[in-house]
Amino acid sequence: MKIHEYQGKAILAEYGVAVPRGKACFSVDEAVAAAQAIGGEKWVVKAQIHAGGRGKGGGVKLANSIDEVRAHASEILGMTLVTHQTGPEGKVVKRLLVEEGAPIQDELYLGLVVDRTSQRVTVMASSEGGTEIETVAEETPELIHKVSVDPKTGLTTAEAESLASKIGIADNLVAEAGKLMQALYQAFWDKDASLAEINPLIVTSDGRVIALDAKINFDESAMFRHPELQELRDLDEEDEDEIEAAKFGLNYISLDGSIGCLVNGAGLAMATMDIIKLYGASPANFLDVGGGATTEQVTEAFKLMLKNSNLKAILVNIFGGIMRCDVIAEGLVNAAREVHLKVPLVVRLEGTNVEQGRQILADSGIAVISATTMADAAEKVSAAAAGA
Amino acid sequence: MSILINKDSRVVTQGITGKTGMFHTHHSIEYANGKACYVAGVTPKKGGQVVEGVPVYDTVAEARAETNCNVSVIYVPPPFAAAAIDEAVDAGIEVVICITEGIPVKDMICTRDRMRGSSTILVGPNCPGVITPEEIKIGIMPGYIHKKGRIGVVSRSGTLTYEVVDQLTKLGLGQSTCVGIGGDPVNGLKHLDVMKMFNDDPDTDGVVMCGEIGGNDEEACAEWIADNMNKPVVGFIAGVTAPPGKRMGHAGAIIAGGKGTADEKIAALEAAGVSVTRNPSDMGKLMLEAMQK
Repeated sequence: MKIHEYQGKAILAEYGVAVPRGKACFSVDEAVAAAQAIGGEKWVVKAQIHAGGRGKGGGVKLANSIDEVRAHASEILGMTLVTHQTGPEGKVVKRLLVEEGAPIQDELYLGLVVDRTSQRVTVMASSEGGTEIETVAEETPELIHKVSVDPKTGLTTAEAESLASKIGIADNLVAEAGKLMQALYQAFWDKDASLAEINPLIVTSDGRVIALDAKINFDESAMFRHPELQELRDLDEEDEDEIEAAKFGLNYISLDGSIGCLVNGAGLAMATMDIIKLYGASPANFLDVGGGATTEQVTEAFKLMLKNSNLKAILVNIFGGIMRCDVIAEGLVNAAREVHLKVPLVVRLEGTNVEQGRQILADSGIAVISATTMADAAEKVSAAAAGA
Repeated sequence: MSILINKDSRVVTQGITGKTGMFHTHHSIEYANGKACYVAGVTPKKGGQVVEGVPVYDTVAEARAETNCNVSVIYVPPPFAAAAIDEAVDAGIEVVICITEGIPVKDMICTRDRMRGSSTILVGPNCPGVITPEEIKIGIMPGYIHKKGRIGVVSRSGTLTYEVVDQLTKLGLGQSTCVGIGGDPVNGLKHLDVMKMFNDDPDTDGVVMCGEIGGNDEEACAEWIADNMNKPVVGFIAGVTAPPGKRMGHAGAIIAGGKGTADEKIAALEAAGVSVTRNPSDMGKLMLEAMQK
């Protein structure tokens, strides 16, 4: 789960991480009032969307007067911000963060991730802040310093301060930077985060260490024990179809092709997308119905896929194990009748009671193109889509 | 022989009184030597019951003391599943197979840390389980698609594993053991660990490995194969068409920071001499060709 920068900073502030003074705003007037309340002579107006790359897209602006705050807020609020992470359609900005401007002396990088190999949280720090860490990792990997944290001790003072020194923080600020890193680790651990990035972490000309940005993602599997984080969910930032799918226990991701896929199991669903591509067509979505594939789930899955105007054909690929193919076939027939499919439907069933399942489809009277292997299914659905 | 489990395994089901645990224990008992293999169940505060003909205990330690069980399978709900693994490890269970999907990553970090230095082997979580065909089935896979034989299967996914097994069986290639290692980022056995076991197993002649996007376990396995593997390996990596930054169902199946792409994994496996197919319909066929060489 993702949250906004201002929400991330609020969490960090609770843990004692220094962040700029600021306020989330939903209108231009609120932005102006916030700037006046913060005081000073410089402010930053920042678009709040979940995607990164906001600065380059024109979603972050420095203001030298209250009039400029008003002008920037008017411009950014409601704009469609396009960044490398939003896709070409961009994202409409509905929230702003207005912050005090900070006198930046150095821009550094601080990130926390779960490392799959060490099976621990890794803290990464670099003197090269402000740019994408992937670029640093690619070009100058020696400038990224890492600590693999023992879950029993957490990030120790010695580890944190050593990391701070390595990224070039002056001796008199090492203790402060170390404390910030430890606080960030504690927030990450307590809140079941899966990723935290402070880019940039800055040292100011008046000798402070501040988290100028905050990107925090959380482990979906742990959200049951964090009702306080659930409240931060911004459904405007999430794909409408994916939210709808989740209500029915479907794992759905929209893609830009024309073949709708309905598959049981994540690995098989990916393999199905891959084989569609191999046969010259392109998947319109990833859709994992899980182990069950009930009539209700299949009906909802069909409805979701049919909303897509690019859809030219649907491929159902189910490997029936514990869930028998005859039961799945009945579900498919009922669902197809309910939603009035207007595109060709290719069904590949395999597994328990497959013969009965195929018979049910054949006897149903609905137009189903039956397939045997995955390759057969992919070939038939590509041909059907090309003819449609 | 086989790897991890065989007809002499003595299995305890943790979470046996729950709907899922009961259902799959029932089907596992019906498979091959299941009746002899499944010796105990555990659900806290439900000790003394008998479920599916199996005595239920309050704790794994108690079950082990009474029945000498040495393999555990876990169907405990996600909030309590990591603690169930810890309990099995503390009781000295040799192989723990965790089926549960959706365990918080932090819980698994702590559980894996506790397991440092332990001799217990963990399979999963979020996996279909392990089966040694015609001997014993521990997990949720459909038993009848399997056939006893000499091909090892290791995979991060459930139904994709069934797909491979089905292809192998239809081509007359039976399996020695099929291991689902699961789709979570922090887990027990990796491809590499299972590959080593198959390489050492005199009754395995070749291995099919299914990987998917995310992490670099397949790359690590490829590196080891290049230097050590003395049996043919066929590979498939799911997710060539997966977009970066999107979690494809499995918590572990995500291309993050440009790392963990299918193309990188395929290249690493090919460089290690693995026969990789981009067509998931051809996994069995490729194994057959490798066996005929």
